[in-house]
Amino acid sequence: MRLRLEKRLEPSRSMLIVTPILSVVAIMLLGIIIFDGLGFDGKQAVWELFFTPVLDVYKWRDVATKAAPLIIIALGLSLGNQAKIWNIGAEGQYIVGALAAAGIAYATQDFTGFWIVPLMVLAGMAGGATYAAVPAVLRTRYGVSEVLSSLMLVYVSLQLLSYLITGPWKDPNGHNFPQTAQLTPSQEVPNELFDSGIPPGLLVALIAAFIFYVIASRTVFGFSIRAIGEAPRAARYGGFSSERIVWATLMISGAMAGLAGVFELMQLSRLNLGYPSGYGFTAIIVSLLGRSNPIGVFIAGIVLAITYVGGQVAQTVVHVPNATAGLFQALLLFAVLASDLLVTYRIRVTSNIASSNERDRG
Amino acid sequence: MTMTFIIDALVTIIGITTPILLAASGELVVEKSGVINLGVEGMMLVGAIAGFAVTFETGNPWLGIAVAMLAGSLASLIFGVLVLSFGANQVATGLALTIFGIGLSSLIGSNYVGIALEGVESPFPSVLSADPFWRLIFGHSPFVYFAIFLILAIGYFLNKTRAGLVLRAVGENDHSAHSIGYSVLGIRYAAIAFGGAIAGLAGADFSMVISPLWAEQMTAGRGWIALALVVFAGWRAGPLLAGAYFFGVLMALELYAKASGYAIMPSQFWAAMPYLIAVIVLAIISSRDGRGGKAPACLGKPFIPNG
Repeated sequence: MRLRLEKRLEPSRSMLIVTPILSVVAIMLLGIIIFDGLGFDGKQAVWELFFTPVLDVYKWRDVATKAAPLIIIALGLSLGNQAKIWNIGAEGQYIVGALAAAGIAYATQDFTGFWIVPLMVLAGMAGGATYAAVPAVLRTRYGVSEVLSSLMLVYVSLQLLSYLITGPWKDPNGHNFPQTAQLTPSQEVPNELFDSGIPPGLLVALIAAFIFYVIASRTVFGFSIRAIGEAPRAARYGGFSSERIVWATLMISGAMAGLAGVFELMQLSRLNLGYPSGYGFTAIIVSLLGRSNPIGVFIAGIVLAITYVGGQVAQTVVHVPNATAGLFQALLLFAVLASDLLVTYRIRVTSNIASSNERDRG
Repeated sequence: MTMTFIIDALVTIIGITTPILLAASGELVVEKSGVINLGVEGMMLVGAIAGFAVTFETGNPWLGIAVAMLAGSLASLIFGVLVLSFGANQVATGLALTIFGIGLSSLIGSNYVGIALEGVESPFPSVLSADPFWRLIFGHSPFVYFAIFLILAIGYFLNKTRAGLVLRAVGENDHSAHSIGYSVLGIRYAAIAFGGAIAGLAGADFSMVISPLWAEQMTAGRGWIALALVVFAGWRAGPLLAGAYFFGVLMALELYAKASGYAIMPSQFWAAMPYLIAVIVLAIISSRDGRGGKAPACLGKPFIPNG
């Protein structure tokens, strides 16, 4: 008996859907073992981590608040992922987007009007896109891998944030805390829509998911992205420019990260050193777990948001350290990546004789 | 006065260069075998906490170093199994390894926050290591000497030995290497495990020498600089050694800008500098060498033997 891998002609559709679910279940079981090994009550910790946020109605709003930026950023990243263009610097674009919006807020402190919020949103998207344009220029003009350049720029953006909130944009009434001034009422959106408990970011995420669904399934652009990712040479013969796809995917993902940054700023009312929360990195997990499909990304965003909220619950109830959520998110990504094997390959059980015969035939 | 200042500065530069030199040396071997592991930062953090915790619990720094290397290696093998045996995407898996390393090290490290270690000292007698002048050569931790020895040894291994030639062949043309009977996956597994051990050692340098305490994400992105360094060096040992010290100078500027307080630019500017320069140098090197540059031809491509 021997296990053999056989490449499928087409990725298995059912495996694409089944494997992320299996991964989540596998990680829950693994979690029980890990927590027990570390001396915590494993079953309870996993329960608090994955189920309490779902079953406790009061936690739903927290989940929605955390899911919104994850989904918005991950939708943008999913286009690039399909074309195998890796923007791993979304965290930086998210920060620069928030800074651009905070810049508008700084300039409009003495103004009121309905135009301020849209202006901040536009500035945030433009800021994120501009920051993502740097790796796009470097890749298309100089051939620099966008993986390293986009990541390096995250560290630059962190320093820029630190400089602005400790220096020029520091709140003059902030008791010398490194933070910007609180947004004025005309610079904010309500924290929930019509007293429904739904944060406005989630509505934006929902609309964006619909738009991305249309782009991916109904437009030539969506098709050309998949073509570049799956068969770059054929796509080039077909007349799709890979340079244009690099530009488009990076700019769109940058703008989406910036958009998420603006809504997070409006949610928190100000920027401080705690603002960079790693959503830009977690969104990469969301987009891979959601198989770069808008509906999948939406569900995956909620799952990852549950681990954030559940991590806090598990911290207070079972006293696990607060790094737990991050560890589980990484394990989840490992499981999804491993299960990709089942999507592209079929596992065949063959007898020894048959497989050695095949080897002889070369 | 000036003399002391210059020697101080040089000793600082040599010290802070060492972890990126180590991590980049390990990654060089991995990439030469045709695999790109973006998990350097994560493996460094796992090594940093392992080295710190074991040294603190046992009082034996050598045991701490050994466990740090073992831990880095084990972490790298998670990556190895996924990309080699499961054919997973190397960029995504490497990134997952970094996120995993941050999470795992924070989880274990939560018990060790706020504790300081003694710090590993120079192996030479204090007549030399504390001498105002000779400490420039003898006043460093063992990590410093080992890092320089290691990159020279790797350069020799890659270019002058038969085993090094096989490793490069696997990275340049995996199918040919496979067809003449070399185990592509076996060699890549070995390279990944080696890279992980050295990244773990680099992390231990942070938590046992540079700032002998544990802090979450204490490697602060240096693992990414190490990855960029391999690209600038054009996948060669000599330029990698020189490039590492170049970055050491940039990182020292940040320390001195913070300490002196009357810097021309805000300290955040100096902190961002190594990353900005890394991006600029990447652009210069890549435009000179063309797309892909001198990268091993199979870098990042999965290899499925029977596929």
